[in-house]
Amino acid sequence: MNFDFSDEQKQMRDEARKFLAEQCPPKAVREVLDGKAPYDRSLWKGLAEMGFLGVAIPEQFGGAGAGHLELCVIAEEMGRALAPVPFSSTVYLAAEAILIAGSDAQKQKWLPKIASGDAIGTLALFEGKGNPSPKAINVTANGGVLNGIKKPVADGAIADFAVVAARTGTGGRESDVSLFIVDLKAGGVEVKPLTNIDLTRGQAEITFKDAKAEPLGAAGEGWSVITQVLDRAAVLMAFEQVGGADRALEMGRDYALDRIAFGRPIGSFQAVKHMLADMYVSATLARSNCYYGAWALSTNAGELPEAAAAARISATQAFQHCAKNNIQVHGGMGFTWEFDCHMYYRRANAVAVGLGSLSYWEDALIDRMRKKNAA
Amino acid sequence: MNFDDTPQEAAFRAEAKAWIAANAPKQYEEELRKASLGRVQLKGANILEVAKAWQKKKADAGWACLHWPKEYGGRGSSPIERVIWQQEEGPFGRLSAMFIIGHGMCGPTMMAFAGEEQKRNYLPPLASGEKIWCQLFSEPAGGSDVAGLRTRAEKNGDEWVINGQKIWTSGAHYSDYGILLTRTDPTVPKHKGLTMFFLDMKSPGVEVRPIKQASGASDFNEVYFTDVRIPDSQRLGNVNDGWNVSLTTLMNERMSIGAGVATGFPELFDFCSSLMLEDGPAIENRAVRSKLANWAVKASGLKYTSMRAISALSKGERPGPENSIGKLVAGSMIQDVAAYALDLQGAAGALNGIEDAEVAGKFQAMLLRAPGTRVEGGTDEIMRNIIAERVLGLPGDIRVDKDVPFNKIPTKGRA
Repeated sequence: MNFDFSDEQKQMRDEARKFLAEQCPPKAVREVLDGKAPYDRSLWKGLAEMGFLGVAIPEQFGGAGAGHLELCVIAEEMGRALAPVPFSSTVYLAAEAILIAGSDAQKQKWLPKIASGDAIGTLALFEGKGNPSPKAINVTANGGVLNGIKKPVADGAIADFAVVAARTGTGGRESDVSLFIVDLKAGGVEVKPLTNIDLTRGQAEITFKDAKAEPLGAAGEGWSVITQVLDRAAVLMAFEQVGGADRALEMGRDYALDRIAFGRPIGSFQAVKHMLADMYVSATLARSNCYYGAWALSTNAGELPEAAAAARISATQAFQHCAKNNIQVHGGMGFTWEFDCHMYYRRANAVAVGLGSLSYWEDALIDRMRKKNAA
Repeated sequence: MNFDDTPQEAAFRAEAKAWIAANAPKQYEEELRKASLGRVQLKGANILEVAKAWQKKKADAGWACLHWPKEYGGRGSSPIERVIWQQEEGPFGRLSAMFIIGHGMCGPTMMAFAGEEQKRNYLPPLASGEKIWCQLFSEPAGGSDVAGLRTRAEKNGDEWVINGQKIWTSGAHYSDYGILLTRTDPTVPKHKGLTMFFLDMKSPGVEVRPIKQASGASDFNEVYFTDVRIPDSQRLGNVNDGWNVSLTTLMNERMSIGAGVATGFPELFDFCSSLMLEDGPAIENRAVRSKLANWAVKASGLKYTSMRAISALSKGERPGPENSIGKLVAGSMIQDVAAYALDLQGAAGALNGIEDAEVAGKFQAMLLRAPGTRVEGGTDEIMRNIIAERVLGLPGDIRVDKDVPFNKIPTKGRA
């Protein structure tokens, strides 16, 4: 049994960690946090040059053709560094949707641009409050144009194109949903940035008024593709979350070792030690669930839907747990703008709902476990 | 990343599988499979006899204590082969419950500290289950703080005279031998005045009394020592170096990888799948699903954490300390799972459920046993200390008694 990443993959992780430590220190994240830039353009370019944007994109479409295990490795490092770039929207959502459902021409058109950092993509799924559901899709597609409003759309204000879920039938059934690719720089598209709790990543509202749209995949197949994309993205995002959880745990541990109160390091008090031990437990459980998700994703196993939901739930819990208790370990300093703790707290809580909230994935997990047991 | 055996592992697995298929006591398989929690019992058979017979059969064919050297009754297997064996042995492994302490703790301690002749005399019958061993460490005044123990050993010629009391000794009532940690010098700080021995449990002056636990069952014992004599040749390690000897024993306690810890989750999932609530099947109730999902990811997280440890073994690496989370997570989880299963039954949850053929009192028994799980073999708090100190590198607790002679340490909290 080798339920672990290979030495080459670990080497890639080390490279990515080193690259991000240099190119994406907290100071760089704060440029976006403080509103000085919508995202880190030079980091985005650097990621493209390192081959990280196209790591799972086949070589024939301009990628490195490595695979999804390698992408998991990169994702974890992106989460650790809180990279303020549209990586998840472009790579986990847009690129995966095109890989799953795109025609050869669509792949030729978009994937090389994604790999080279020349196109930012996203998935426009949500329409206000609520979790992913075909009933919630009200943007309409008729005669090759879209009408309606999507929000929130992750990185919508900086994206060049979006994969949009639109209604092509009338019943609110899964078969009434189809996917389209929309050039967001073209006419009929209005983009309004929205403020959100994670100031290092953008969200937007996008209004389509007779916006030109190109079908992605067959009509009526949209929901099935969305489900597959969300499962894949759940695994990849779970790795980001585990990366963030680990970093928050390390920050708490380091502070507990350095900070003296009552004449001793606060890490020698059991109340603090045990809090950190519990953070380690959450992060470890999440990591192990993520590894299973990575295996299922990389082998396209039938277990992927269940594994993805488990990884998603576990990693969401771990990141939220570690990020909030990291602040607690830091005490008052953890609640200042100056310390980085709040950046992890913001990210943890934003990504916790970004692909659908815990209740959505809990429901999905139980459905999928029942299906497996029935089979 | 894969779950496949290497060719050598596959060959070993095939050999183990074939031998088990031809030799295991299959008449008990179903009962053993169902007995997922708590004490294993067999209807119409003496579990001790069945277990000893299976262990002997394994030993005769070279399948006992796989990781031990051959000359001491083992097979000289690699750690990964031991895990593969456990996986293949499956429910029959539950018959090994009464040997776990002997094989997992006493044996390794003897191997490290006994003389060569003693090892050749005592270890093979321990491996084959002909002799059962217990571990006599905990005392009423020394549980988590095991170095606070008070059982005295005083030198008298070539013998030591033992007086005192041990508690929480699993299997003392059917054990033939035990390893015993005693205080030999109370005038020095507590860790520096301990000495380890092994002894015949039938020695005059040893009295075993079962403890009636909070659950009503009796899995453990108190053991009283009144002027028990142990020859100096049965001392393990140097006089007053017993603490270091005990660390070998305790280190082995937490090395059981791949055995899988009980969480109660599969049982709860099955229960919810068939249970009807007022508004329909429990498994379709939103609140129930949320609870189940949260426990599901803990159970799967533990399972895959163990797979990661096995992978490390397979590559010849030492598994990391991440494995120490198993007992901590599973202990409180099984308690919560059991309480929730009772909650789902409404007032009927308070019945012990023995009459209910479907659940057979499973969750009630689980609930009543669970507090012990969170205490035995290192309390939740000790496990968190271990994670914090050994994994995260946080400072050890400040120990106010560390440099104080043992006989000057306070013995009462309030006068």
